[in-house]
Amino acid sequence: MYRYSDFDAAFVAQRNAQFRSQVERRIDGSLTEDEFRPLRLMNGLYLQLHAYMLRVAVPYGTLSAAQMRQLAHIADRWDKGYGHFTTRQNIQFNWPKLTDVPDILDALAEVQMHAIQTSGNTIRNVTADHFAGAAADEIEDPRPTAELIRQWSTDHPEFQFLPRKFKIGITGSPNDRAVIKSHDIGLRIVRGGSGKIGYEVVVGGGLGRTPMIGQVIRPFLKKEDLLPYLEAIVSVYNLMGRRDNKYKARIKITVFENGMEAFRDAVEERFKVTRTEFSGIDQAVLRDIETQFAAPAFRTAPTTAYETARDTDPVFRSWTDTNLADHRAPGHAIVTVSLKAHGATPGDATSAQMRLLADLADRYGHGELRISHEQNVILPHVHKSDLPALHAALRGEGLATANVGLISDIIACPGMDYCALATARSIPVAQEIATHFKAIGLEEEIGALKIKISGCINACGHHHVGHIGILGLDRAGVENYQITLGGDATENARIGERAGPGFAYDQVVPAIERLLRAYLSLRVDPAESFAVAFQRLGAEPFKAALYPAEAARDAA
Amino acid sequence: MAEIWENFLYWKRKFTIDESAMARSYTPKVVTANALVEGDVIYLTADDRWSRRHEEAELIEDEAHAQLRLLHAQSQKGLIVGAYLADAKAGPDGPEPTHFREAFRTRGPSNYAHGKQETGNV
Repeated sequence: MYRYSDFDAAFVAQRNAQFRSQVERRIDGSLTEDEFRPLRLMNGLYLQLHAYMLRVAVPYGTLSAAQMRQLAHIADRWDKGYGHFTTRQNIQFNWPKLTDVPDILDALAEVQMHAIQTSGNTIRNVTADHFAGAAADEIEDPRPTAELIRQWSTDHPEFQFLPRKFKIGITGSPNDRAVIKSHDIGLRIVRGGSGKIGYEVVVGGGLGRTPMIGQVIRPFLKKEDLLPYLEAIVSVYNLMGRRDNKYKARIKITVFENGMEAFRDAVEERFKVTRTEFSGIDQAVLRDIETQFAAPAFRTAPTTAYETARDTDPVFRSWTDTNLADHRAPGHAIVTVSLKAHGATPGDATSAQMRLLADLADRYGHGELRISHEQNVILPHVHKSDLPALHAALRGEGLATANVGLISDIIACPGMDYCALATARSIPVAQEIATHFKAIGLEEEIGALKIKISGCINACGHHHVGHIGILGLDRAGVENYQITLGGDATENARIGERAGPGFAYDQVVPAIERLLRAYLSLRVDPAESFAVAFQRLGAEPFKAALYPAEAARDAA
Repeated sequence: MAEIWENFLYWKRKFTIDESAMARSYTPKVVTANALVEGDVIYLTADDRWSRRHEEAELIEDEAHAQLRLLHAQSQKGLIVGAYLADAKAGPDGPEPTHFREAFRTRGPSNYAHGKQETGNV
């Protein structure tokens, strides 16, 4: 994992000292809220519905055990004993006092973390495949590139006041687990014709009120051209992007309104200049970063204990069926620890859970943890012979739920339970769907399914790319939920289509049940997932299930 | 279609400036904000305190008075953040919120008994 250089440590310390002084001046009245607000947002501090919220970056989703322990400490000492992991691989503390935030930032700096650029119209936390460095299908670990981009983008003097926020996502695998096509810039590490490794660059993706799938601007970019090319894209956007209308300010609109061809031409023109400005020092830095992401020493050992436990313990077997992914090293597995126990708040972890995860990472996983945009925690490198003991230990803190990829593994934004922008709640909807389908015993039967819930049109809950998306709105002072169908968050990214009129809060679960019972009766066999069945059949039979009265009328 | 029409009427009601109508029926308001240090939801009372209880808020039924009270609130920069007028109605124990967002603000999130419901300060 990356270790801060002296420069990084001094930079973060200086920023924290500045913020401490800014908080003091806000409290003694020398700064007004209008003056203070942009300063606190630069440090990830929001004012939400009931309290302040501090958003801390988990860079490209990677955490060490020591960092996880410190997050637990912060949760206990200054918050309410838990943290919320988000769809952008951040952690949010929902209850800090303004006067405690400088101390929290210092505590984060002790473990080389910060909240810089987790808000504002800047380049945000760079997100990455949560299986990075471990996945069997990986061409190259994307995290060194993500760290390079973080160093380049942090406090970048030209990009502190972009037209709007700017998100970069990266994957090193052909199977996209990082939803790169929904980012302002998506990067996919690819092998070129000559076998050389480079990047496919995607631009103009984004969800929110105008969802768009990113388009390829460069099918192959040489590795050494990455930063100059990113600099070209962002600087063209900085000038060409609209500042007259917040809702048209994201790069997706810039690309859409100008056309990809014109946008690409402008980028290529600018690239001629930026290319000459990079001396190659960035590549030296990258090589140094790469050494810090060297794979741990994987051990060679028999996996008989794992096989035996699978044969004798059905609970363990079911957990391994859903929560493991293929590791690149023989005898190893990637473990996804579900933060979606039925009825729990998606993405929330108590301090006790965080400490247990840190201890288990130290004991069984080379001290490494990952946070997924799907709001789960990953132990990326576990030898299979350790899995029975790991599973038993996870059960102690309610972390052994065997539901990854199933209906209860729901992405949900905080919604109106916390967020000042929300138009409706999302968390209770997720809780009720999870508990309901477990209670009626259909979860395993339904199989692979991604439900994603947002509490407003900004789409933090990625509802557009859910197989089933749920969007909470305020319709004439009442919570109302629109359902979208057929979205896809993978390399085949697709925006779901709205099924029809929205549903009242207490009608969402029955609607989803009608929809899924229709799927169960329509699928070819249990191997045909909801997403595949939807592609085969189209929306109509599912709409008919959602709106039986209309369907009956149409049929009459 | 009915839905679109209903929506249209709602927003029309919300934004149409019809002074004679407003003089007749001004939706009562409370002044609300967040406490500067804790971030807690607070309400301006008639005797110029900031209370954490919605029912202690001053229910303002006159638009001009509401604007004055809001200005008064906004001048207290060292105590509060983000003051605004929220719709409310009279209830047996004092003003009550009319919109679900404001109702959530009186108690806290629905997934944990945190916020005001935790301290019993509802």
